[in-house]
Amino acid sequence: MIDKKMADCRTAVADVHDGATIMLGGFGNAGMPAQLIEALREQGTRDLTIISNGAGTGPFALGALFGDGRVRKLIASFPAPSSAQFRERFLKGEVELELVPQGSLVERIRCGGAGLGGFYTPVGVGTELAAGKELRTIDKRDYLFELPLRADVAFIKGHLGDRLGNLMYRGTMRNFNMVMATAADTVIAEVDQLVEVGGIPPEQVHTPGIFVDRLVQVERHPKLLAVPKEGGGA
Amino acid sequence: MSLTREGIAWRIARDLPEGAYVNLGVGIPVLVANFLVRDREVFLHSENGILGVGPRPTAAEVDFDLISAGKGFCTLAPGAALFDQQISFTMMRGGHLTHAVLGAIEVAENGDFANWRVPGEAVPGVGGAMDLAVGAKRVFVAMTHVTNKGAPKIVRTCSAPLTARACVKRIYTDLAVIDVSAQGLVLREYAAGLDLEAVRAKTGVPLALAPDCRAMDVPDTAADGTRLRQP
Repeated sequence: MIDKKMADCRTAVADVHDGATIMLGGFGNAGMPAQLIEALREQGTRDLTIISNGAGTGPFALGALFGDGRVRKLIASFPAPSSAQFRERFLKGEVELELVPQGSLVERIRCGGAGLGGFYTPVGVGTELAAGKELRTIDKRDYLFELPLRADVAFIKGHLGDRLGNLMYRGTMRNFNMVMATAADTVIAEVDQLVEVGGIPPEQVHTPGIFVDRLVQVERHPKLLAVPKEGGGA
Repeated sequence: MSLTREGIAWRIARDLPEGAYVNLGVGIPVLVANFLVRDREVFLHSENGILGVGPRPTAAEVDFDLISAGKGFCTLAPGAALFDQQISFTMMRGGHLTHAVLGAIEVAENGDFANWRVPGEAVPGVGGAMDLAVGAKRVFVAMTHVTNKGAPKIVRTCSAPLTARACVKRIYTDLAVIDVSAQGLVLREYAAGLDLEAVRAKTGVPLALAPDCRAMDVPDTAADGTRLRQP
């Protein structure tokens, strides 16, 4: 019987090695696999290359990995101005940054997961982010060539999951989680709730289990449940 | 006299037609959501995966899994759809959004613009700015006409790092509504009570006058009492 469930986050991330390239799902706090990231931090893994939309949302999870000096390189679209921990390391020259327009970041990951060798995009043409990239004119429009991205490991977060690895998200949790689930050698998901097989209706399986290697049921990280100020600015 | 930030947003909302699918950038653009014309169905897109962003929630309505691109909590409008990043950026880059309303540091007379990197900011972040600028059918810029120091933000060529080339269709400021055309910039409207020469003096490049160039029809206050024009 297939059973991808793991006892806890510590066990799930135990074989992630120093020097690994890791994709982290989430946009802001929604869909952030914060408990897996905290478990990685606790085991002391270092010299990491992180692929993520941002650089963390505070002094926990990804922000704390920067604070602890565990990250060598960040590939991201929007590291500023959200993370003081990233900022400090970056300004000291201790973290390399590869800045990628958000849509190109998504598509590079998609190519990595879909067996494609890259793509041409009009985004970035004529800007400083075009530096070093092949320029090609197709049907009178200019495009840049972008390479695929893959990772050793992806950490993602779902709302519901079953032992087969099928996942369902809620709200805006899907963001990068769905595409990152396709583009890493080992995909580890944390979920709010494990359900029996069939507990997620087939029409609502957003990430099919074929993409997921391990999953863990977790409590929401307390930083993701902060009571908002009036109207909920975050 | 000149418009408030809310006044600029109110004016832009008048130009979003029924059936528009719109992404609103940070700054003045997000204020457009507060002034959408009643009885027109306009859908707001958020690049993290929403088509049909609703108003901000009350404290009791907050859902921790529901945020918009500014990372703040949001609600969903009736008929909203939720999706992942691939679909969201297919909408953006693939020309499916009818409008993007974006802030700017500078706009050039050929429609080049700069909005993603403030000169001197050591930590850059681009997000979806370039994707929106390249992909939306109509790119509107919303900004103050001049910098805090009084320098024109509408210029011959941008000195700040470009977001995208030749993509801006219309510029809305506290002083004017200006179209970007193949023949150069065309002044369509100016804030009521302003001298046209004063607008030209605050614009870094020549402005042609539209045949029907007129004073902006913006009231002193919005229906909810928000000030739209400087007293």
